[in-house]
Amino acid sequence: MEPFIKHTGLVGPLDRVNVDTDQMVPKQFLKFLTREGYGRVLFYDWRYLPGEKPNPEFVLNQPRYKGASVLLARANFGCGSSREHAPWAILDYGFRAILAPSYADIFYNNCFKNGILPVTLSNEQMDELFKRAEKEGYRLTVDLEQQVVTDDSGLRYSFEIDPFRRDCLLRGLDDIGLTLVHDQHISNFENKNLKHPVMYDAVDVKFHKHPNPQHN
Amino acid sequence: MAARTLYEKIWEAHTVREGPGQPTLIYIDRHLIHEGTSPQAFAGLKAAGRKVRQPQLTFAVMDHSVSTKNRLLPVLDADALGQFEALARNCEEHGVHLFDMHSKNQGIVHIIGPELGITQPGQTIVCGDSHTSTHGAFGALAFGIGTSEIEHVLATQCLTQFKSKTMKIEIRGKRPRGVTAKDFILAVIGKIGIAGGTGYVFEYTGEAVRGLSMEGRMTMCNMTIEGGARAGMVSPDETTFAYLEGRPFVPRGRDFQVAVDHWRSLATDPGAKFDDSLVLNANELAPMVTWGTNPGMVTQVTDRVPDPASFNDPVDREAATRALVYMGLKAGTPIEDISVDRVFIGSCTNSRIEDLRAAAKVVAGKHVSKDLKQALVVPGSRRVKVEAETEGLDKIFREAGFEWRDAGCSMCIGMNDDVLPSGERSASTSNRNFEGRQGKGGRTHLVSPMMAAAAAIEGHFVDIRDWKNADGAE
Repeated sequence: MEPFIKHTGLVGPLDRVNVDTDQMVPKQFLKFLTREGYGRVLFYDWRYLPGEKPNPEFVLNQPRYKGASVLLARANFGCGSSREHAPWAILDYGFRAILAPSYADIFYNNCFKNGILPVTLSNEQMDELFKRAEKEGYRLTVDLEQQVVTDDSGLRYSFEIDPFRRDCLLRGLDDIGLTLVHDQHISNFENKNLKHPVMYDAVDVKFHKHPNPQHN
Repeated sequence: MAARTLYEKIWEAHTVREGPGQPTLIYIDRHLIHEGTSPQAFAGLKAAGRKVRQPQLTFAVMDHSVSTKNRLLPVLDADALGQFEALARNCEEHGVHLFDMHSKNQGIVHIIGPELGITQPGQTIVCGDSHTSTHGAFGALAFGIGTSEIEHVLATQCLTQFKSKTMKIEIRGKRPRGVTAKDFILAVIGKIGIAGGTGYVFEYTGEAVRGLSMEGRMTMCNMTIEGGARAGMVSPDETTFAYLEGRPFVPRGRDFQVAVDHWRSLATDPGAKFDDSLVLNANELAPMVTWGTNPGMVTQVTDRVPDPASFNDPVDREAATRALVYMGLKAGTPIEDISVDRVFIGSCTNSRIEDLRAAAKVVAGKHVSKDLKQALVVPGSRRVKVEAETEGLDKIFREAGFEWRDAGCSMCIGMNDDVLPSGERSASTSNRNFEGRQGKGGRTHLVSPMMAAAAAIEGHFVDIRDWKNADGAE
């Protein structure tokens, strides 16, 4: 995972509340086997007219937002389905940071696994950013080390973030590797609990790996 | 020891490691996977040269993209076929138990986990699917995860987690006739909003919840995620134990009694503290119908489509305006005047045997409206299908003009060819009415199985309480 330390980029505004992950990546694109290439389908039903022609009504299709890498969003961003295709698409489209007043739980988690920084700001701060983003070419710097969002006209918003998540993102750490450092703890837990008759004997070995699926 | 909640008991029993300033490492008892969100996790595992740590605690099923028609025919959707083959290959390679599309135990992952007894009280259960919250009905801690976390669980059988806050949601009194668990949860979401539960785990309690069957409790926990909460739970009780006894993966004989004694001890202690609470009175609840593009945009069947101008918050006003445009609805229209094109009875929310029985009772001896384009019943699992057929429910549905299908996620998500066409309106027993959820441009109204069945007969929404054959408590 690419570390996130500090990023400066063009701002793209998406002024809607409760944007769900079905809108980010509709169902028909959940059948692929890779994590790459979803940028093309991000916000598919809003973004394209029939025949995959860009819909001029969709805000991020405006030429002035081409190349945007900082996304302004509204409350409860990323609600609904757990599909990680949503942050994959956001990253692949080119966004490195999201600024919103709140996020849905699973989506928020998924962002950190993909090197996307979801910054939480107040509604008032978001209103101000949406207003400033009306100016063409508006850029923001998102600094995770300092925990501030700044622009070149003196705006400076600090933000809170869990220190552990911040550290993982700053260093681009592999979560699994991090957990496996505690392998001995896991083994100890398993030695103590996996034999527990109540919790675990229920896995009936007779059902395991039957050669004929009709008899599963 | 201080009084603890069910959530706290499970959390403490699964803590593998705690460190200052770090999330807790918790052990995962059951990992459920399906073809939709797992291929990239296995690919990641392979790329890193890692193995599945506990293959016997992982269970796989094909559900999202499977056809609900004749499954013996070749799969024509090349992408879906790719998913099925990848899942079969990954399970084979790693020794994970797979219920493939031909298994007699196949079905929607959140239907088969409980019905096979894979799901049990006190467990931690995860799946790459947000409706994993369903399993909380058994007094388990169950929640949806992303693909990176699937890979994490495959490799370590653990997850790093931040502890959630807890909210007690109490439904007092007796469930009125014609009002179901679906209406309970829609009323809860209507009250708190779709982000009202963010950061929380809910525990449902109160006389009306205690009076629900396991099927009803699963419906409530299933849609907990639609209120933004991480998980929903119900403390296990006699209803839970009676449901579990004799199921394939549940301990038997003396072991079952040992298990029950343990499960009983998991229930939230009297006087345990919650961070927040909400009380609803069952006698004030009614059949619910969603009118907008998220499950919080919901009202009672006797109400009207709200006027966006009636919302105080400008953000809500704009969202409601946008929703009404998408839904093709006018403010002030009585809900009962909204006609539907298709009816879908299915999904991990409402496709269990009790749901099908309730719907069958409503349609028995009647026929779907001639204006209806399609009425679909998709059992949640092949076991449910067989059980329903044994009871003759398939015949009742067919004679009433419904199509009777094989098990899968079907028109809830439309990843197979059961899709709601653009501009058409559905009465659906599923869980999400997001734009395009059932098909691009499709307009979804979420309702209970009885309400969907009655809408199929009349061609528009009706108050099921006016019908003699609406079952339910007094």
